Amino acid sequence: MVEPVLQISNLVKNFGALRATDGVTLDLRPGEIHALIGPNGAGKSTLIHQICGTLRQDSGSIRFAGQDIGSLGVADRARLGLGRTFQVSSIAPDFSGLRNVMLAVQAKQGSSFRFFKPVMRDMSLINTAMAMLERVGLTARARIPAAELSHGERRQLEIAMALALGSKAFLLDEPMAGMGPEGSKSLTRFLDTLRQEAPILLVEHDMDAVFALADRISVLVYGRIIATGTVEEIRRDPTVRTAYLGDHA
Amino acid sequence: MILTRENLINFILAAMLLAVPFAANALGQPFYSTLATRIAILALAATGLNLALGLGGLVSFGHAAFFGIGGYVAGILAAHAFSGDPLLFGLSGSKQMWVIWIVAVIVSGLVGLAIGAISLRTSGVYFIMITLAFAQMVYYFAISWPAYGGEDGLSILVRNQFPGVNTMRPLTFFLICYVVLLLALSLFALIRASRFGTALQAARQNEVRVATVGIQPYRIRLTGFAISAAVTGLAGALFADLNRFVSPSMLSWHMSGELIVLIILGGTGRLFGPLAGAALYVIFEFALGGLTERWQFFLGLILLVVVLFARGGLLGLLAGKAKHG
Amino acid sequence: MTLALALEQLLNGLQLGVMLFLMAAGLTLIFGVMGLINLAHGSLYMVGAFACATVAAWTGSFWIGLIASLAAAAAAGAIVELVVIRRLYDRDHLDQVLATFALILMFSEGTRWLFGSFPLYLDIPPLLQGAVALPGGTEYPVYRLAIILAGAIVAFGLYLLISRTRLGMRIRAGESDREMIGALGVDIRTLYTVVFALGAALAGFAGAMVGALQSVQVGMGEPVLILAFVVIVIGGIGSIKGALLGALLVGVTDTMGRFLLPKILALFVAPAQAGMIGGAAASMLIYIVMAVILAVKPRGLFPAAHA
Repeated sequence: MVEPVLQISNLVKNFGALRATDGVTLDLRPGEIHALIGPNGAGKSTLIHQICGTLRQDSGSIRFAGQDIGSLGVADRARLGLGRTFQVSSIAPDFSGLRNVMLAVQAKQGSSFRFFKPVMRDMSLINTAMAMLERVGLTARARIPAAELSHGERRQLEIAMALALGSKAFLLDEPMAGMGPEGSKSLTRFLDTLRQEAPILLVEHDMDAVFALADRISVLVYGRIIATGTVEEIRRDPTVRTAYLGDHA
Repeated sequence: MILTRENLINFILAAMLLAVPFAANALGQPFYSTLATRIAILALAATGLNLALGLGGLVSFGHAAFFGIGGYVAGILAAHAFSGDPLLFGLSGSKQMWVIWIVAVIVSGLVGLAIGAISLRTSGVYFIMITLAFAQMVYYFAISWPAYGGEDGLSILVRNQFPGVNTMRPLTFFLICYVVLLLALSLFALIRASRFGTALQAARQNEVRVATVGIQPYRIRLTGFAISAAVTGLAGALFADLNRFVSPSMLSWHMSGELIVLIILGGTGRLFGPLAGAALYVIFEFALGGLTERWQFFLGLILLVVVLFARGGLLGLLAGKAKHG
Repeated sequence: MTLALALEQLLNGLQLGVMLFLMAAGLTLIFGVMGLINLAHGSLYMVGAFACATVAAWTGSFWIGLIASLAAAAAAGAIVELVVIRRLYDRDHLDQVLATFALILMFSEGTRWLFGSFPLYLDIPPLLQGAVALPGGTEYPVYRLAIILAGAIVAFGLYLLISRTRLGMRIRAGESDREMIGALGVDIRTLYTVVFALGAALAGFAGAMVGALQSVQVGMGEPVLILAFVVIVIGGIGSIKGALLGALLVGVTDTMGRFLLPKILALFVAPAQAGMIGGAAASMLIYIVMAVILAVKPRGLFPAAHA
């Protein structure tokens, strides 16, 4: 068996008396899209926070790219190649989309302590960033302040930044949220090709997208994974039907 | 450089400041040279703060500490050079401005590094209050340490020297300060456009985003804060030479407040905001001060109106919204 | 003898701590409920002191002056809130800092305008003059003991107000969820004005009490304000309990440091030097304590949940 890129084992996180993450074990294998679904309040956000490092787990381990990352900070995990997008997109609003992606490029190059050369004349930064923007289809909007981009465009911008980091895995937190039907469709097509580049852990409410994209699905309820399997297995799983899917299946 | 409206206004501002002392010299009114020098030095101090506040979004209410430390470096080195007593580790004092500047930059930069290392662990209101508290600590230290004048301050008997010129001439000293200011503004412009500046500004706009691409916001901010402190410290050394006197009032929290006020009056985050603000401030002080002893009341009123209703400051009014790359 | 002196210094530290609490409680309440940083809080302290001194001079009664200080500071607070402060709640901290800095300039110069540049003096009321004997043979002024007692009563009153009354319930609701409180049908604007006036009254009360110990002059509120900042940073911004403990810690540390450090140093170096180094070190002590606490707990001892 191929070694998973991301391996989460027996992860536990308590908030006072509430056990928000209850022994979660989950892996992400090369080339796959692994969808994480579950009702609101199931602990998806808490789990994501622990994977990317904004929250520290109480026990359990997180291995990424062959290394235990459970005690690293957000920036260190990102440098190892954990690329992520946010539920509410997170960008530098005053900068253009281009300069946002250039920030990711310079971070990838490990060169943020250069004080004199103007970035806007630095073709190595600009060309790489433009290539990433082209991949997500934002070339025409590259020089517009990110604050003025549409909701969907900001999503694309975030993905371009994750691409620029040369991510070894993508952690996408509800990328379809707030997208219109057209946007969802084109994003679904894009993510379908993105898995070639690096595997995707996809947290998503949009079941059409999940069923269209996922190689495997894990269902999180009350902080526990109640089932993991292929789309068909999850559709048929009686516990999942009662706990969560309801009419969708 | 592209000729935008803002660049044009900046150029006019710089030219006007340069013209004042020459006119004053021609008219035999050296007082106006001193006024212009004061503007240049305060603008330099605020340019230092602008690196932290304008680019990094770090509302430091303690930059008087660096301003005052720069001033005391000038005063103490000059005092030792005058008396001939060795300073530390057998090193002697100095009357040379460039030596004083280097020491001022290093000392205030290092103190900035220390204060920043603790303060930057926090953010928001905590950061404001902690920088204020540390500056107050330096202030009380200066007051209670009698070796260099304590509460009474320290006089610099003869203005420090610069190779090849007579610094006692008001016009000459102005030109020295003016050139240093232009260099600091160039440094600000370079940093703003650089990779480091990109990361520093991004950390202001969205800290999480910066961490998510793998850059530690703390390190970027700490570096920015130390550079900011060093530039403000350099201004302090010049200010001490201007007045030929340094006292704890340079370290007081009113000074910290005034430095922020300069930036806001001029326009936050803009290259020439500090210069526009310093010019406006010194002119207010001079004009209102001539009319009424209570000019600070009206300064407060004007400041209140600017904060509540004209947040772009002077450059915001003249040149429109600030642009970012 | 030294023990008695130490006891006296300890009481002085408590007295300073109690005064700092009155300032810090208002600051931290205003931040907790409205999310506002108010630099002009020291000006309200000054307003209280001036009101007390002026009214006491007119009427000959410290007590009427004390009531006047509460009324004047609360009124000044309410007016400032209505005219300026309420425009700042939605602004960032930088705007709040600048606007309240502007208010300090106006308050300070305005007070000089009205009262001139000379300090006023406020006598300790006859009832509280004199001193009591401390164990060990020294005497301690009754008035300072009264300040400690008054501070303790106010702290307890504040506790009752916040935990037992309807207003307190609204304040607590406002601290935990600003949107929620509007949904509860509470008139937020009025609540904010009341909280601000309450904080102002506490500051004015502190100013009046201290006014009888020191001279009443422009700028008297600023050193206290900065110490109060240190207090709430240590205690955790937004926490009244943190403000109380932080205030006592800062008051006692500062006073005992000034008393003890030169004495301790005198064991190692010459007395004159010990006085100098000890004095300078003591003036920095509370800031060092603050730095150490922040290095361990960046959000203070009792971090408020939302701040």
